[in-house]
Amino acid sequence: MTATTAPTKPGRVAATLPRTIRDIIVIIKRNLLRNLRLPQLIVLSTIQPIMFLLLFTYVFGGAIGGTLPDAAAGEYVNWLIPGLLVQTAAFGAGQTAFGLTEDLAKGVIDRFRSLPMARSAVLAGRTFSDLIRNGFVITLMLVVGFIIGFRYQTSFAGLIGGLALAMVFSFAFSWIMATIGLFVKNPEAVQAATFIPVFPLVFASSVFVPTQTMPSWLRAFADNQPVTVTVDALRGLILGEGALLPGSTVLGQASLSLFYSGLILAVFVPLSIRLYRRSVN
Amino acid sequence: MTTPIVRVEGITKTFGDTVKALDSVSLEFQPGIIYGLLGPNGAGKTTLIRVLTTLLRPDSGRAEVAGVDVLADPKAARTKIGLAGQFAAVDDYLTGRENVEMVGRLYGLSIAESKQRADDVLERIRLQDAADRQVKTYSGGMQRRLDLAASLVGRPEVLFLDEPTTGIDPRSRIDIWELISDLVDGGTTVLLTTQYLDEADQLADRIAVIDEGRLISEGTSDDLKDTLGGSVIELSVPEDRQAETIDALRAICGTEPLIHELTNEITVPAVEGAKTLTEVVRTLDAASITPNDIALHKPSLDDVFLTLTGRPAESEETEEPSTNGQRGRRRRRKQ
Ligand SMILES: Nc1ncnc2c1ncn2[C@@H]1O[C@H](COP(=O)(O)OP(=O)(O)OP(=O)(O)O)[C@@H](O)[C@H]1O
Ligand SMILES: [Mg+2]
Repeated sequence: MTATTAPTKPGRVAATLPRTIRDIIVIIKRNLLRNLRLPQLIVLSTIQPIMFLLLFTYVFGGAIGGTLPDAAAGEYVNWLIPGLLVQTAAFGAGQTAFGLTEDLAKGVIDRFRSLPMARSAVLAGRTFSDLIRNGFVITLMLVVGFIIGFRYQTSFAGLIGGLALAMVFSFAFSWIMATIGLFVKNPEAVQAATFIPVFPLVFASSVFVPTQTMPSWLRAFADNQPVTVTVDALRGLILGEGALLPGSTVLGQASLSLFYSGLILAVFVPLSIRLYRRSVN
Repeated sequence: MTTPIVRVEGITKTFGDTVKALDSVSLEFQPGIIYGLLGPNGAGKTTLIRVLTTLLRPDSGRAEVAGVDVLADPKAARTKIGLAGQFAAVDDYLTGRENVEMVGRLYGLSIAESKQRADDVLERIRLQDAADRQVKTYSGGMQRRLDLAASLVGRPEVLFLDEPTTGIDPRSRIDIWELISDLVDGGTTVLLTTQYLDEADQLADRIAVIDEGRLISEGTSDDLKDTLGGSVIELSVPEDRQAETIDALRAICGTEPLIHELTNEITVPAVEGAKTLTEVVRTLDAASITPNDIALHKPSLDDVFLTLTGRPAESEETEEPSTNGQRGRRRRRKQ
């Protein structure tokens, strides 16, 4: 009885690009609706970076102000904002890991995997919706920054360029977080796991203070890692070339930041898609 | 003979090195029926459903659904199936309608089409009044029904329902039974798992009994009952006479009698019906054992289960795994 080996109908849904994009949009909508329906979620995740902004500005501002390059125009908040934008981009990306583990735990991913939808849509939908969400948080932070005295020293275009760079970085970081989420799988455990890459990158960097005072071994890392490179690129774009270390250029740092983001995507997009395909609860 | 709509051949799946969730399971059935997969906790029901719905790759074996080789072409298989998993996979912060429409879109339907079908399905499942409320306000039973609605929206040829009525009150349970029967009348094939014998008995046209990853019996409810040779004798005797009684029954019936742990009732197949019963009564009388209770009846699926697995079917509660009691614990024999 081999009748059932009849050729599989070529009615197979090819993952055509328009179909993939459509599926991604459906997932983005779903994820964003959650943020809209649970406004506490976004309020709470905005409070933390804004608290950072206020605390650092008023607690450390006085002490650090004097050691800053002239490009900061004597205001710590000018120096801090580009750093915090990148920090928020990195922390916010952690949401990607959390959202995925939650969907895994609730069986939603099982449902998606049993549907004839594009395989990449769940991850892409998740990272894009987190990008939109992080864009919102970052914009809000910038507004608070303006209120407490932040002023860009270059041009509006420079500011927008800086924001765009931070968003690209946030998107790339989301894919690292997607990989972590699919690897850890457990919503309770994942929060701690996301800190593992975020903490060293954010604190051993130029986010809060210039790297000059760090021990040389740490500085070698701090000066060259993606968060510092991106923060420096933002400072260059927002405050001018004077904010950079001697020898580096705005274009150089911006290109290097984009290169890092590209590298992260090249590694973690395929990795997370592979993990997704295998993810079994 | 028509082509089977689901065909499983020698599927084996081991988790880790030791847990054999499926041990060379083979089965097949025709379209347009309800096929019941019956087994206690940990039998491997969910694992088999996961293999058939492309969620899990088995270690070996073949699986075909609606003419598509699930392992070779999972993408095509997904266009033919609907799945409602063991736990409702719905988004609490979306409304019922949004949940169903989203799944419709992901099946590839247009916006208008998915709206239309969501309407149909929600009405069918009698959730239209709650359709525009966020799912977090739904009761557990409503969430299960919504999950079922979502699995229907793509009009699948084969619907997989993993314990569709577990944790649902008796009234809603009957609603779901009716719905499933309607679906099958409309031409859908349903494979459902259950731990409840009465559910399999009432609903399923054919039943596969699985236990510890192995298919131990397959057929219609009547087929299964017939394996016990028509009828069974059920009796209870004073505890101090139990061992003796068991020996006598074994001698008469030629099979090992089973003792229900809680009730101490003894069950044994009565191959020759009333004649066997008479013989048992006579023998017990001669040994001056007076049964507390004795009856001859058509076997229930419960008896089938007891005979096939050597233990009663699990009802709601399962004991904690640490007791690791295994079969012996349930068979109380005093020798
Ligand atoms: N992902 C997994 N990793 C390890 N073991 C697993 C996994 N999934 C299932 N198992 C094991 O495989 C066996 C069969 O599990 P399965 O979930 O298929 O049982 P079931 O019949 O659906 O049980 P229940 O009625 O409790 O839902 C069990 O022993 C279970 O512990
Ligand atoms: Mg199960």
